[in-house]
Amino acid sequence: MVSSGEYIQHHLDHLKISLGQGGFWSLNLDTLAVSIFLALFLGAFLRYIAVIATSGVPGRLQGFVEVVTEFVQNTVNESYHGKSPLIAPLAFIVFLWIFFMNLMDLLPVDFLPGIFSFFGVHHFKSVPTADPNATFAMSISVFALIVFYNVTVKGFSLGREILTKPFGPWLFFLNVPFRIIEELAKPFTLALRLFGNMFAGELIFILIAIMPWWAQILPGGIWAIFHILIITIQAFIFMMLTVVYLAMAHESH
Amino acid sequence: MDLASIVGVVQGYTAVAVGLLLGLASLGTAIGFGVLGGKFLEGVARQPELSPMLMVRMFIVAGLVDAFAVISIAMGLFLLFASKNPLVGAVMAAAGQTSS
Repeated sequence: MVSSGEYIQHHLDHLKISLGQGGFWSLNLDTLAVSIFLALFLGAFLRYIAVIATSGVPGRLQGFVEVVTEFVQNTVNESYHGKSPLIAPLAFIVFLWIFFMNLMDLLPVDFLPGIFSFFGVHHFKSVPTADPNATFAMSISVFALIVFYNVTVKGFSLGREILTKPFGPWLFFLNVPFRIIEELAKPFTLALRLFGNMFAGELIFILIAIMPWWAQILPGGIWAIFHILIITIQAFIFMMLTVVYLAMAHESH
Repeated sequence: MDLASIVGVVQGYTAVAVGLLLGLASLGTAIGFGVLGGKFLEGVARQPELSPMLMVRMFIVAGLVDAFAVISIAMGLFLLFASKNPLVGAVMAAAGQTSS
């Protein structure tokens, strides 16, 4: 029997492959595999629904996709009053993809690592969003989009906006650092919020898995139900903040 | 002091740090959620027909209030359960051997 410390540690280690020297050049294969697989599955599923969509009485799957689409459309329309071909589809995909990646946390702790250990793969973390690499990748992409839209949509008025808000034109030496800190805080908090929620949730599941089987049922059940709520809220918040930040990049407040 | 007692001291301080991280995070979150829930109930008492919309907004703000607390919790749990405690690693490097 392994000690509980080793069990926890075994479940917290990623399946790594090293492309060069040091930690920066190591890839987490389990994160990449699960996130790419879920993205392909989601793409195939949505494509299938789009192909068989009927304007008559919809089936349940088409109804589900329509509910999510309308929900995202309403959220985007509340925050952004212009026309953009990118924001609503981006929000839709961000919401569904993050929701499905978070959903992997509800599988039993030893399920995927047990299956993969039959094939000789000894470490496997099944939740991509519990890996800060994945969440930072998404938030840095959103940050790149924010910078791109700020520069292309606002042009020179971006300079005026940075120098004069929020303290007025004579205090420009205070406005610029405030603006820089505010802009840098966006990708950081976006990534760390999602990572922290998923990492803490997964760790509590692992700690519950260490208890004897008769003591696992109650805390495991309660935490699983609470975690379903957290998964949905975190995916929704990531989507909503993406929409709000992109809307702020299109129009100055 | 010999190496074992230095490592012991570092581990002890790490445990106190983890306790502070987790405790202060929960303190802040508890107060924040309490105020949030109270304001929500006041708003629903004034205009009950807005209840679904206010509840959606409440969950949104709950997720945002949660953010820094959960970042602290994740950092604390990481310090507690990391196999190579980074603070001990520095001691081991200074002593000229790699930590297990």
